[in-house]
Amino acid sequence: MSELVRLSAAETAARIAARDVSAVEVAQAHLDRVDAVDGKVHAFLHLDSAGALAQARRVDAGELTGPLAGVPLALKDVIVTKGLPTTAGSRILEGWVPPYDATIVERMRAAGIVVLGKTNMDEFAMGSSTEHSAFGPSHNPWDLSRTPGGSGGGSSAAVASFQAPLGIGTDTGGSIRQPAAVTGTVGAKPTYGGVSRYGLIAFSSSLDQAGPCARTVLDAALLHAVIAGHDPRDSTSIDAPVPDIVSAARSAEITGMRVGVVAQFKGEGYAPGVLARFDEAVATLEKLGAEIVEVSCPHFDYALPAYYLIAPSEASSNLARYDAMRYGLRVGDDGVAGAEEVMALTREAGFGDEVKRRIILGTYALSAGYYDAYYGQAQKVRTLIARDFSAAFEQVDVLVSPTTPTTAFTLGERVDDPMAMYLADLCTIPSNLYGGPALSVPCGLSPDDGLPVGFQVMAPVQADERMYRLAAAVEVALGTDRLLEQAPEL
Amino acid sequence: MEGVTTTADLVPYDEVLDRYDPVLGLETHVELGTATKLFCGCPTAFGAEPNSQVCPVCLGLPGSLPVTNEKAIEFTVRIGLALNCGIAEWCRFARKNYFYPDMPKNYQVSQYDEPLCVDGYLDVPVPGGETYRVQIERVHLEEDTGKTLHVGGATGRIHGATHSLVDYNRAGIPLVEIVTRPLTGTGKRAAEVARLYVTELRDLLRGLGVSDVRMEQGSLRCDVNVSLMPAGTTELGTRTETKNVNSLRSVERAVRFEVERQGALLDAGQRIVQETRHFHEDSGTTSPGRSKEEAQDYRYFPEPDLVPLAPEPRWVEQIRTTLPEPPSARRARFAEANGFTPLDLEQMANAGVLDLVEQTIAARAAPSKARGWWLSYLVGSANERGVEPADLPITPEQLARISALEDDGTLTNKLARQVVDAVLAGEGDPDTVIEAHGWKVTGEADLVAAVEAAIAAQPDVVDKVRAGNLGALGPLVGAVMKATGGSADATRTRELLQERLVG
Repeated sequence: MSELVRLSAAETAARIAARDVSAVEVAQAHLDRVDAVDGKVHAFLHLDSAGALAQARRVDAGELTGPLAGVPLALKDVIVTKGLPTTAGSRILEGWVPPYDATIVERMRAAGIVVLGKTNMDEFAMGSSTEHSAFGPSHNPWDLSRTPGGSGGGSSAAVASFQAPLGIGTDTGGSIRQPAAVTGTVGAKPTYGGVSRYGLIAFSSSLDQAGPCARTVLDAALLHAVIAGHDPRDSTSIDAPVPDIVSAARSAEITGMRVGVVAQFKGEGYAPGVLARFDEAVATLEKLGAEIVEVSCPHFDYALPAYYLIAPSEASSNLARYDAMRYGLRVGDDGVAGAEEVMALTREAGFGDEVKRRIILGTYALSAGYYDAYYGQAQKVRTLIARDFSAAFEQVDVLVSPTTPTTAFTLGERVDDPMAMYLADLCTIPSNLYGGPALSVPCGLSPDDGLPVGFQVMAPVQADERMYRLAAAVEVALGTDRLLEQAPEL
Repeated sequence: MEGVTTTADLVPYDEVLDRYDPVLGLETHVELGTATKLFCGCPTAFGAEPNSQVCPVCLGLPGSLPVTNEKAIEFTVRIGLALNCGIAEWCRFARKNYFYPDMPKNYQVSQYDEPLCVDGYLDVPVPGGETYRVQIERVHLEEDTGKTLHVGGATGRIHGATHSLVDYNRAGIPLVEIVTRPLTGTGKRAAEVARLYVTELRDLLRGLGVSDVRMEQGSLRCDVNVSLMPAGTTELGTRTETKNVNSLRSVERAVRFEVERQGALLDAGQRIVQETRHFHEDSGTTSPGRSKEEAQDYRYFPEPDLVPLAPEPRWVEQIRTTLPEPPSARRARFAEANGFTPLDLEQMANAGVLDLVEQTIAARAAPSKARGWWLSYLVGSANERGVEPADLPITPEQLARISALEDDGTLTNKLARQVVDAVLAGEGDPDTVIEAHGWKVTGEADLVAAVEAAIAAQPDVVDKVRAGNLGALGPLVGAVMKATGGSADATRTRELLQERLVG
């Protein structure tokens, strides 16, 4: 393995800027690494070697500069890329080549970031293991028989296996944070509206948010800063200055910070090893000068059921457009079948079981006579959860919890048990319903199985800098920026 | 045609309404005249090459997001204020979910239980100087769909077609829906009130400058709800909703047909089926739409890709100050300025020529002449062609020019009519037509010469006239006409002959 692929994004960019190494060399080293290991990991769905090298040459020519210029990145396949296939992990979009770039892709390209290719994911971001990808699962670099999490398991696996120092994920109920937790990487979901959704293929519009995956807190903050900021093409984008997350990630100063431990996220269903590492991290924070408080958020218990009404409802509408009429898969068009028949046959053939399950669930929840009892009620719960957050943030600066109840589970273990799969997102869902930022930073390896444990930090809306500050403190105190050195050789 | 009622199944309109009270409801869709679409920057021009005015947003490509066109909100508020509605301080768009190939996202961004404008009214002048107040329930904003063209069938309908083509140029054009509350108490005037309401609404919208309101291009479309209840009762009957009613005349015809059809069914003791029906311009009849529509569940929910609308009260009040005078006030002022009586106005309004007369006067025609031309001549031409007067291929400017030429004696009235006909026939501008046909009133010198020649040629007739028999002038006039190719002014010819023969 080239030593270049072990560098952090910040170090890589610094060395390219100093002309110690060329961006083309860096890109080539990562493409070689992909060649060497992705047969085992299956992080990528489409590799864009030519595009990556062309972008690297522009950086070397001095056309593109910035704190991440020349740094390779693995892009989740739910973000549209002009001229590069985009499938969202679904057969129904196989072969579709978008005619436009997502806003965050435009911003990353302008910043000199080198997109290596598109990464695997659960179909339309519905899942917690990548096993619902139409193109086969990704594998966890810590143990190839285990999941790298989902939906954004491809990006996290790529970052964890040194195929790229940076990745982009999207987080609707934990799809950035849960994969980060189980692969020993850092993943952040920005404040809803903090990063443009224009060009993010929608799963659940009111919950979806793109964010960074990285091996260090600073790298995550640097990437977050590149993609954040108001976008007039996204009506839900926040028109306000981006919080100074990079300074916060560099500072790690938490003396006097009030840290709330969520009382609801422990007990039954939580692996002892996960809780042990989490408790140790909290104790470390206290030693560093943070004030630790236990905070009760009673409505968090209802977050999972509310989420599984709101997200499928929006998804049932968002996914209606995949009907074979304009792009993507087309099944049953024998010249005799009518449009409705072709639509039905295409959707039957093109969507996987989990997607169909959620479309049916969402369609039911929005139906006349059921709306109030399901979708309407779930929206009320959402409001109560937001109130829990507001009340908590009157007491504390941030909330913390384990990112996931368990470490990486084995591929095949939960794929036929939707409820078990859904529980993987138990701790991450509340922040999506609330809209505030949340992040997962590694806090060590579980004594149970030697697999990474994630530490979740949740902050108030538009206070993204707080979670970076606390995460940086965890990382420095526990040395978890070097955790991946303990992962087995592939 | 399947499902179309034959005339044998109808009871005459007046007879039905002797025994039943009609209740109408009108839903009018207006395409706003914004330069760009509701949620993207694509142009809205009519008649462009199919699928040339589209982008990722209005094609609903994966990942694309809508951004609301502020101008469309402003136009909708203008309409709401002009219809005396309250403007919501806070409201949202909603998704209306159903599958159809001309809907790029398979949901339409519309408004559901939170419309932008609510509870207004429109006063509609009806014959006899009275006014009927139509209550407006709501005015809301939504995006239009694309257009499907069925190819290979006999009539462009889906039945028998081999395939269909979809044009998404129209998809995403802002559409305002104006919904009335039930119109009751109209009696036998129901069909007429429906037409006059749409007419008044069209004039109002045109005056507001928010739409070109061209029914034939689909920028104003009307759905007509009709039900009947036994006279004197108050329980509403089952209604039908007739779509595809795309001219003022059709609004009236659709109501008449539904009254006659429903009356026959009720008389026969049958039930009215609540359904969507389609109007057929050619036959003036309605036929049932697809029955599955009654089971449609649109699964409305608030559109999560858009933020709520919260029109600033100060901004709304500012818009209110820019509203033009309502059509009724404008008409009163117009009548006074041009010496028209209320009856004149009513006649012109009923004939659908009020705006045309106004425009002709604005093009410098004398008011009485402008009114005369439209009412006495061009309405007849329009009827012969089966079109609205406004759709005749003659402009108010062209008509004003012809009227001016008649006034200054260049054209006789007969010639002027010939010129009008030629313009209608597509022969070009009045001056071009006159030039091409050599249609000009014969000048005085030529006329005198022709008169002298006629007198010299027919001495026996001259003698009769000189003997006091003025009735004998005819052959002389005829000779002058013949000599001038019919372009002599007959009155002047008689005057000249009498001057010479009788003194």
